[in-house]
Amino acid sequence: MGNLVIRGCCSIKNNRVVLDGECVYQEDNALSASDFFKNVYRNFKLSYAKFFKMDNLSRLGFLAADILINKYDEIKFLKPEDTGIVLSNSASSLDTDFNFNDTIKENANYFPSPALFVYTLPNIMIGEICIRHKIMGENGFLICEKFNPDVICNFVKDLFENEKLKYCITGWVDLINEKYETLLFLVEDTEKDIAEKSTFEPKNISDIYNKY
Amino acid sequence: MDELILQLKNEIIEVLNLEEMSVEDIDTDAPLFMEGLGLDSIDALELTVLLEKKYGLKINTADEGRLILYSVRSMAEFITKNQKA
Repeated sequence: MGNLVIRGCCSIKNNRVVLDGECVYQEDNALSASDFFKNVYRNFKLSYAKFFKMDNLSRLGFLAADILINKYDEIKFLKPEDTGIVLSNSASSLDTDFNFNDTIKENANYFPSPALFVYTLPNIMIGEICIRHKIMGENGFLICEKFNPDVICNFVKDLFENEKLKYCITGWVDLINEKYETLLFLVEDTEKDIAEKSTFEPKNISDIYNKY
Repeated sequence: MDELILQLKNEIIEVLNLEEMSVEDIDTDAPLFMEGLGLDSIDALELTVLLEKKYGLKINTADEGRLILYSVRSMAEFITKNQKA
């Protein structure tokens, strides 16, 4: 393993999409999370019909990952197992769990929704990103009380060390009711010397998180 | 039957979240799965739920399901034939 560098980051929060520190899309009107995500999808012309079948958590992670990978598309030319994904949040898939529960909570109207049920695990979001970008490296989903740079860094560094990843998409993707936020990093294993503030270390990703 | 077919197309778009499609995009006689709309197994389950929830009709076997869910028209014919007055 060489040096782990933060190649790029994408944040989606408060009706804004920020890529590498630059706001690339925002809505001034109050929108539901679902409507905002659809507007982001259309604005970036992502062209992936399955997006509309995803739950809101998966849409959120999918959007951030797509915007990030479209800028740093060198990962598309790697072997599928060279890129991993490690995501985390605090709400797990509760938003969708509640929606699914609505389809089964009344005996008289008991119609479990298969399309909701398949999203009642947060790591399904990872699956959606992997399918889209043909990523087959190691992956994991961590549930933490709040954004935890130490946990994320330790886990990801271990994957680079032991699984010989070349890239990892990692970060925080959280959504419950209408409250959402994501901050995804694209981390690269490089032999080049890098500026200290670009190294993949808890302090640096915490600084970025606090800035957004 | 035409009214039911139109209604079914709208319901298919809604329950399957086919947001970028309109009723005009759905061919009444084209296969819903494999080709045509290219729906998947989860979509098949959702359509099964739709038939039961909206029309009170159950699909009893997988073989039966393959025939009933073949196209919009086959779904409409199943509903017309079996729905209680």
